[in-house]
Amino acid sequence: MKINAQDYKFFNIEIVVPIVFLLLSFGAWQFSGLSGAFVLNQVIIRFIRDGILVLSLVIPVVAGMGLNFAVIVGAMCTQAALLFVINYQVAGVAGILLVIFLSIIFSLLAGLAIGYVLNRVKGKEMIVTIIIGFLANSIYQLVFLVGFGTFIPVINEEIILSRGIGVRNAVDLSMYRNTIDKLWLFKIGEIEFPLFMILVVLLFAGMIYYLLNTRFGQEIKAVGSSHEKAEIAGINVDLIRIKALILSTVLAALGQLVFLQNIGMFDVYTAHMNADVISCAALLAGGASIKSAKIRHALIGVFLFHTLFIVSPQAGQNLFHNAALGEYFRSFVAYGTIAFALIVNIKHEDKRLVVSPPL
Amino acid sequence: MKLMMNNGCIKPPQIIILIFLAVLLGLAYFLKMDLAGLFNESLIKLVMNGVLVLSLIPMLNAGAGMNFGLPVGITGGLIGMCIAVNFRLAGWPGFFMSLLLSVAICGILGWIYGLILNRVKGREEIAGTFIGLSLIPLMNYFWTLAPFQNRQMLYPIGGQGLRPKITLEPYFYNILDNFSLVKLGPLEIPLGLLGFYGLICLGLYLFFRTKAGRAAMATGENEAFARLSGIDIAGARLLAIILSTVIAGIGICVYSQSYGFIQLYDAPLAMYFPAISAVLIGGSNGRRAFIFQAALGAYLLQTIYLLTVPIANEILVPEITEILRTLITYSIILYALLYRERQRGSGHEN
Repeated sequence: MKINAQDYKFFNIEIVVPIVFLLLSFGAWQFSGLSGAFVLNQVIIRFIRDGILVLSLVIPVVAGMGLNFAVIVGAMCTQAALLFVINYQVAGVAGILLVIFLSIIFSLLAGLAIGYVLNRVKGKEMIVTIIIGFLANSIYQLVFLVGFGTFIPVINEEIILSRGIGVRNAVDLSMYRNTIDKLWLFKIGEIEFPLFMILVVLLFAGMIYYLLNTRFGQEIKAVGSSHEKAEIAGINVDLIRIKALILSTVLAALGQLVFLQNIGMFDVYTAHMNADVISCAALLAGGASIKSAKIRHALIGVFLFHTLFIVSPQAGQNLFHNAALGEYFRSFVAYGTIAFALIVNIKHEDKRLVVSPPL
Repeated sequence: MKLMMNNGCIKPPQIIILIFLAVLLGLAYFLKMDLAGLFNESLIKLVMNGVLVLSLIPMLNAGAGMNFGLPVGITGGLIGMCIAVNFRLAGWPGFFMSLLLSVAICGILGWIYGLILNRVKGREEIAGTFIGLSLIPLMNYFWTLAPFQNRQMLYPIGGQGLRPKITLEPYFYNILDNFSLVKLGPLEIPLGLLGFYGLICLGLYLFFRTKAGRAAMATGENEAFARLSGIDIAGARLLAIILSTVIAGIGICVYSQSYGFIQLYDAPLAMYFPAISAVLIGGSNGRRAFIFQAALGAYLLQTIYLLTVPIANEILVPEITEILRTLITYSIILYALLYRERQRGSGHEN
């Protein structure tokens, strides 16, 4: 890996991509005419919302599985837990604890299943995780749009559509809303720092950083750099990969919980939809690649990507008198970043294969 | 059937699909639905979606995987049709002009797409997915800003940007569907449409008999062996990818003339998963596909889609059709990915 890093010193993705994002967001901000304080406040809110979701992507990348688009499954696990708890009307602290407990259980099981599946498609994990995400979304819709009211008994009539079958499109979470966001809220001028939540995100970052430096983390890194070498070293490759995926899915589930409680409204069928693409693009924006990701990439990436995300619709409105164009620019940046990372990385991978003996 | 047997007998997806179809047909019979009408419609649906399914074959056979970048070809076809409609070309001239322009534009797009995919050999599927996904917002810029003049295509208010759905009613709506339509009692057989489909099948069949086609086929079967026998791997793959893109462009023209609208903006996103699952339902293993499999798969999948709509309307929850469709689509693609990799990976895993 060291030789590899030196080879690309002059055109280093790790530095070039964040700088491009910085320039783009700065340019878009200039055209948007939004005040710096507003943008900064928004970015801090997004940092809290999406931080843990982005962090959840780091471990699979380190384990050599590429971008885990199946974080969307973790997000759906949380939403499922939330809907069940709301359905059985468990309120207050007990309700929140039950949601956390259930979402961890669901995501553990989901992560186990996905990890098992991915062990059968080594080298093609990313496309499979995309399809798993879509498939899980279909199952999720089947359970909540058809299952509720038919084979799942409905206790809380408020969340059910008027025909008696299926959950409503939007469920109010006001009883949980902003319960922890407003803790330790500091104000410096116009800028608000919800210190507690920032610390929570940083705590998760620290935990993953610590984990990657323990013995288990070393094993993950070994698996990520070469399956053969890891196996020779006596590491159970399949097991490590499954563990990495479980961790990622559970983190994603917790991340979605933070996301939902921050928003306070819960769009049952769309809240999770772009969680995977946006988080992946954010991670890559911070300078990660599909082969290597560090905690700092995730933290920097969330800031850079979401700054661009916040200012571009307004910039589109001011530049072309059409807000939709800014919207298109946003989705182009999200998808384009991933496409670019894939094309560049796979090419590098090829070059490395020539030097080292084939797998 | 014979081809399917040759290709390692009928696999679970086909059995599930056939059972599902039989159940649906039984239900349709008991609900006293118009079976002849359904049959007529199923033929149109076959060709309407079948050309898009056919477009996957060259890439599959050249070893470039399932074409998750199908929106690239679809986009080319949409541009072609929009230009033809912009000049108010109606009837056959309009349709042929659309085809011609689509082929030209898709040729260029396919060439670029092929060059990119050749750089990411072995990971075409994931790269193609995101190339397609990032092309859509780029094209949204084009649809909004391109200087089209025909008022019927533009947003009624403001006059800037194309509509998401452009009607083909005054241009070439159903021109192939109604071409030499033969009526036998209650049955209506669209001979012109089926003939057009047959022509594309024949073209593909002949392509794989030419030297270039054989080279592409050999590349997909065993790349190392093909290289040793002096085949230009990159060239063969590029040709197959261009061909796939061009057929996809033709496919969307056929689709739109049947459907009656040109669908722009995010519409191409809804098309590639059903197409891929169709070729898999037909019995392809995700690494090779025969024309017969593409046709069979397209027919089975479209017939199921057709049957589920009225049946689900009889049930309380109408959304269940759409959910079941996507469920079938994604399960089949996932199954194919897993099954294919297990076949390939069994060598060094054990």
